[in-house]
Amino acid sequence: MAFVTDRKRVEGLGSARTGTEHFWQMTVTSVALLILVPLFLLTFAPLLGEPHAVVVDRLSRPIPALIAAAMLVVTFHHFKLGVTTLIEDYVSGLTRKIAIIVMTILSYGLAAAGLVALAQIAL
Amino acid sequence: MADVNRGDRPLSPHISIYRLQLNSVTSILNRITGNALLVGAFLLVWWLIAAASGAAYFATVDAILTSVIGDLVMVGSLWALWYHTLGGVRHLIWDTGRALEVATADRLGWAIILGSVVMTVLTLLVIV
Repeated sequence: MAFVTDRKRVEGLGSARTGTEHFWQMTVTSVALLILVPLFLLTFAPLLGEPHAVVVDRLSRPIPALIAAAMLVVTFHHFKLGVTTLIEDYVSGLTRKIAIIVMTILSYGLAAAGLVALAQIAL
Repeated sequence: MADVNRGDRPLSPHISIYRLQLNSVTSILNRITGNALLVGAFLLVWWLIAAASGAAYFATVDAILTSVIGDLVMVGSLWALWYHTLGGVRHLIWDTGRALEVATADRLGWAIILGSVVMTVLTLLVIV
């Protein structure tokens, strides 16, 4: 026998107003990645293993740089959403919160690091 | 409703009790590939940073990425990328309410398994 009202029990568990946002962002980013992944492979797969001068020259051009920048932003946003779901499924309590925070910082940190590197190469 | 016992009600059977099916295996693989791609993504960002910081440091990182282990990780990531991409397409189709019949879903399952291998080999042959 618990003296808790129905409303009290569900409070803070998430509302119908925001529940679809994660799903929709996943849909949008995956469609964007459907375009970006082939472009990314066409641009970057041949570059791996090339000498420094060739890599820098290629990445200084606007189109490869644009593909790389878009790939960094969209991939790591998509990854952050996905890894959050993974953590929510398997980890609970304080560990869950810490894991989500760590992976969020790591995701956006890597994206930012990649963008800074791109800017340095282009300039 | 307020006095319903929510703590120790029997649970319906979960993944541990079911025999693995094509659908569950391909779905689990989609999750594993998606999250494991962090390794390849991390290496590529490292490679970008190295390219930005100069020829000497780039040579070090490039040597790691093109070593035997580096090649294995990169080819594995390439397959994971294609698998996750094709698996994602299947989810986008399912999200519209289509192709949910067991036979069709199974065909799509084989399509992403075979497709990912074919696309990986094609990428290696044509682009790299």
